Amino acid sequence: MRANYEIDEAGVFLSGHHACAGCGEALAVRYVINTMGPRTIAVVPPSCIAIIAGLQPNSSMHVPIVHGTLESSAAAAAGIKRALVSQGKDDVNVLVMAGDGGTYDIGFQALSGAAERNEDMVYVCMDNEGYMNTGAQKSGSTPHLASTASTPGGKLTGKKNIAEIMAAHRIPYVATATVGYPDDLARKVAKARDMKGMRFIVVLTPCIDGWGLSENAAVGVSRLAVETGIFPLIEVEDGVRYTINHGSRGVPVERYFAGQKRFRHLGPEQIAQLQAEVDEGWSLLKSRVECDPTGDPTGDPTG
Amino acid sequence: MTVTTETRMLLTGNHAVAYAVMLARPAVVPVYPITPQTPILEKISDLQLAGEFEVDLMTAESEHSAMTACITASLTGARVFTATASQGLLLMHEMLHFASGARTPIVMMNVNRTVSSPWGFWPDQTDSLSQRDTGWIQYYTESAQESLDTVIQAYRVAEQVMLPTMVVHEAFYISHSLEPVIVPAQDAVDAYLPPFDPAIRLDPDIGRSWGNPVNQELYFRFREAVGGSMDTVPGLAVEADAEYGRAFGRSYGIVERYRMEEAEIAIVAFGAMAGTARVAVDALRAAGVAAGLVKVKLFRPFPIEAVREAVTGVPKLVVIERNFSPGAGGILHQELKAALCGMVGLPKVHGYMAGVGGVNVSPKRIEELTREALATEPVPQSVWRR
Ligand SMILES: Cc1ncc(C[n+]2csc(CCOP(=O)(O)OP(=O)(O)O)c2C)c(N)n1
Ligand code: SF4
Ligand SMILES: [Mg+2]
Repeated sequence: MRANYEIDEAGVFLSGHHACAGCGEALAVRYVINTMGPRTIAVVPPSCIAIIAGLQPNSSMHVPIVHGTLESSAAAAAGIKRALVSQGKDDVNVLVMAGDGGTYDIGFQALSGAAERNEDMVYVCMDNEGYMNTGAQKSGSTPHLASTASTPGGKLTGKKNIAEIMAAHRIPYVATATVGYPDDLARKVAKARDMKGMRFIVVLTPCIDGWGLSENAAVGVSRLAVETGIFPLIEVEDGVRYTINHGSRGVPVERYFAGQKRFRHLGPEQIAQLQAEVDEGWSLLKSRVECDPTGDPTGDPTG
Repeated sequence: MTVTTETRMLLTGNHAVAYAVMLARPAVVPVYPITPQTPILEKISDLQLAGEFEVDLMTAESEHSAMTACITASLTGARVFTATASQGLLLMHEMLHFASGARTPIVMMNVNRTVSSPWGFWPDQTDSLSQRDTGWIQYYTESAQESLDTVIQAYRVAEQVMLPTMVVHEAFYISHSLEPVIVPAQDAVDAYLPPFDPAIRLDPDIGRSWGNPVNQELYFRFREAVGGSMDTVPGLAVEADAEYGRAFGRSYGIVERYRMEEAEIAIVAFGAMAGTARVAVDALRAAGVAAGLVKVKLFRPFPIEAVREAVTGVPKLVVIERNFSPGAGGILHQELKAALCGMVGLPKVHGYMAGVGGVNVSPKRIEELTREALATEPVPQSVWRR
């Protein structure tokens, strides 16, 4: 039941920004900000997104942006929205675009607090699975065994499941998305934009430099992340109604790892272990959908 | 009860602050509880619940987030307030710098309390004094009435220079002590304090961004501009205080001289210590010692001209304070010496760290320390005195 969604490029995002050629995050920023539209105020913490947004006096976006601190994005957005409401300007949307470091790790307290208060914002986490702006160190989002500048031998623990953590806050809307499925991404952003309360979307954004990809690989790798079941595309409403939009097509994880230098050191045993972890995660997710009488048990795992 | 006419009430320092906040009409108040600030938050909540104070009270999950929300709400054009103490203020540190750099005229009440470790809940000013380089205007008050009046004045000055302002009073001595306080009428405060309505703000129709990365040259210029605004604060604070005096009948100055006629020694103090020192000065004068008090109310920017003027012709000064910067000594002592350096007729300056940790410094003890200073030569360092 895949929604056919045409991306309405409102022209909020401009060309000439400073991301690496082929950057997945820049693509996501473009889809997100263009879908949010011009009646938006954005909060951007230190991250590659800040570099994409631009150095003074330039800006790559036709909306006001606050370049805040790394750990405070959700609180910053809450302050803006509350001030807007106090002035009767509730029609303006407040958007956060933060990295995984600014979301899973150092910014998590502010995010969790904002979710608990059900602050009115769209929070988009641009997830490139590491601290890329500071030279590709590990974050709480870096996958198990991936090599980073601070875990050169491979990360010994797994990736946090931020979507489930946010769903556990019982906020109105949680979704996962990725740049290889732009229609799905834009549809989710538009849906979130038109809702109220705390909306959270985590977007997997392959990083050329940090993942060790060729410049034309971001979109293909993003699709493989979904087709292997490593990063299923889902929606969770009110913390309980799970929908799988795109999921595993049974593609072996090895194919996802193949194009990425951060997984180059893996031997067959490690790959088998990671395959088992991914399979387990995928069945767990499906069981959540099946548990929910209103959910669609299959979603469109093959579509 | 809405304050439509000037009313005399019995209030603690913290509750007096809550009334001042209500009268200043901030739209957004993000706040997080901490002893001994909490009664401010609770009183604001009560006033809101009673329908007297229309405000968006944001129960933040930390002081860091409370200050962050203050900053962005202010950038969006809302008048804001928050209050904290001690560990809460220290947790805000990163955002305090951000607030002044972003030119947000936030007004915050800090209730001085010892900082950990070890844990304590006592009136010691190291928390706010250690934030003196963050670009905030800092006022220190000595009574509930002065705290109320200063919070209202603080909005006026902050919004003129677009810099954040901290009003500071001490734990328990001021925060929890009951005093008769005159609460001004709302319309009089409205006349004194026009609505906050900045032309440049976060708004899609205006299209300005904040805080983009800059080069060295731009950074230099931003900092220089903050300095330029800071330099205007003593003059504007004097003006705001004088106009407050005309409207409400109370004014304080930024540096006060108490019984300074022909003084051979002046006690230099701020906050609650200044109140105690008044009693000591009266006793010393009664005993024939020509002692006076110089109270430094505005601490940031440090009012160099006003302080020099206040001590001109006085041969000796004795600073008595309740704070300690390890490696430097008493902070007011060091600041005062720096402000006087190069002055013609430089007074001799003694510095006593007497009230550190909130230990009681009685009027009698201040008398003794003043006599000791009179009888001895000062050393460059601040000296511990129990
Ligand atoms: C308090 C604080 N600590 C550290 C930094 C340095 N820093 C800047 S960006 C960054 C990493 C951000 O990673 P992420 O949020 O994943 O964004 P990405 O660069 O990957 O887009 C760090 C650690 C900072 N700006 N502030
Ligand atoms: S380092 Fe990665 S995320 Fe950052 S701009 Fe380059 S490709 Fe994009
Ligand atoms: Mg990242």
